[in-house]
Amino acid sequence: MSQRIIVNSNINGENIEFMADERDSLLEALRDRIGLTGVKEGCNNGNCGACAVIMDGRLVNSCCVMAAECQDASITTVEGLEKDGQLTTLQQTFLEDAALQCGICTPGFLVAATALLEFNPHPTEHEIRFWLAGNLCRCTGYDKIIRAVQHAAERA
Amino acid sequence: MQDVKYTRPTTVQEAVRLLQEGGPTARVLAGGTDIIVMARERRRDTSVFVDVKHIPELTSISFDQTAGLTLGAATPLYRIYRDETIRRLYPALVDSASLIGGTAIQGRASFGGNLANAGPAGDSIPTMMVLEGTANIVGPNGARQVKAEDFCTAPGRSVLELGEVIVSLHFPAPKPNANARYLRFIPRNEMDIAVASCATHIQLEGNNISYLKLSLGAVAATPLFVAEASTAAVGKPLNEETIAAVATVARNAARPIDDMRGSIRQRKQLSYVLAERTIRDAVHRIKGEQTEFN
Repeated sequence: MSQRIIVNSNINGENIEFMADERDSLLEALRDRIGLTGVKEGCNNGNCGACAVIMDGRLVNSCCVMAAECQDASITTVEGLEKDGQLTTLQQTFLEDAALQCGICTPGFLVAATALLEFNPHPTEHEIRFWLAGNLCRCTGYDKIIRAVQHAAERA
Repeated sequence: MQDVKYTRPTTVQEAVRLLQEGGPTARVLAGGTDIIVMARERRRDTSVFVDVKHIPELTSISFDQTAGLTLGAATPLYRIYRDETIRRLYPALVDSASLIGGTAIQGRASFGGNLANAGPAGDSIPTMMVLEGTANIVGPNGARQVKAEDFCTAPGRSVLELGEVIVSLHFPAPKPNANARYLRFIPRNEMDIAVASCATHIQLEGNNISYLKLSLGAVAATPLFVAEASTAAVGKPLNEETIAAVATVARNAARPIDDMRGSIRQRKQLSYVLAERTIRDAVHRIKGEQTEFN
């Protein structure tokens, strides 16, 4: 059996200690050990972006990170985006622009687009499409998502 | 996931010891964007991950006007393409770094990992070859340097031996009046594997080509360094005739296979076209006319 390990991380602004299997991915630890089920498992091989989180300031797919690597790391999931119970501008524009249908890809898109707007507050459409190329959506056809990001950037 | 142990060495020597102790199923863990997936899908038996990202040499970037550029092998791609010195002096490395995977992959994946995977379509390898890149490798028998063009031996196979780890990649200081460009052809703009790709590094003396190196990706069992391209170019004037001659050499050097991404005929023709375009773009860069990367 795989060894149990204890990991200390800052998750969504809170220092926490969690137990995981040594072989757990960060995705598995977030969902099954910590209960942050906003992080979605899509392909589990780094192609779809549904499990995207921000780790130490950069966007990563949590299925391609080992939980054990997160000792002393800082992680932001979709649950950590809101401020004082208020949706962020981006979350609000996703609702207004109907930038989702089934919703499975939405947490990954929100986290990825948040990382984009932090790095580049006024991206061009081309830059938005390029940045989000690692997030797959089979419902919206992407245009509504792109518009929601553009509208969030306009309001910032 | 298989039952895997996680280790986090802080020195190269400790990493080498852990790799040696773990034997053939011990795996270097840099960005993990390939090795974690391969371990999960049992395409690689894995007993130990040796996470090398806490070894300072593996994640540092240093540049010196005479010594050139040394890139820690596990430095994530986003740090490479956001580095001002690399953007200015080694734009072809930025071409490659910004084409591998999408944003979330670039947050983790590294040039060392791309090279160690030895994929025929590895987007950084043709660029490393034409920039005269060298892998600094440390193993149980000490340190050695291997040229990027000698590194890959077959799909997924390289000169790396048991217990060895790539510590850094070295690139000589930029030559005067020279520049390089990497391009690939894929059916969409991002998040795909090259149908064919090409890197060219060219130096001009007046209107004559004084130096040219060209390599191709995805058209052979390994990324392909085309030594004959230099012969066809050096000493010749930079004109349509020379560009066509070099591109013809590239097309003839390509020995691709037919697969779902492209046919032999298409890949040979792409080798020609990408050779032409990379030469023109590299010349634009020499003249300071081109700033874009993708």
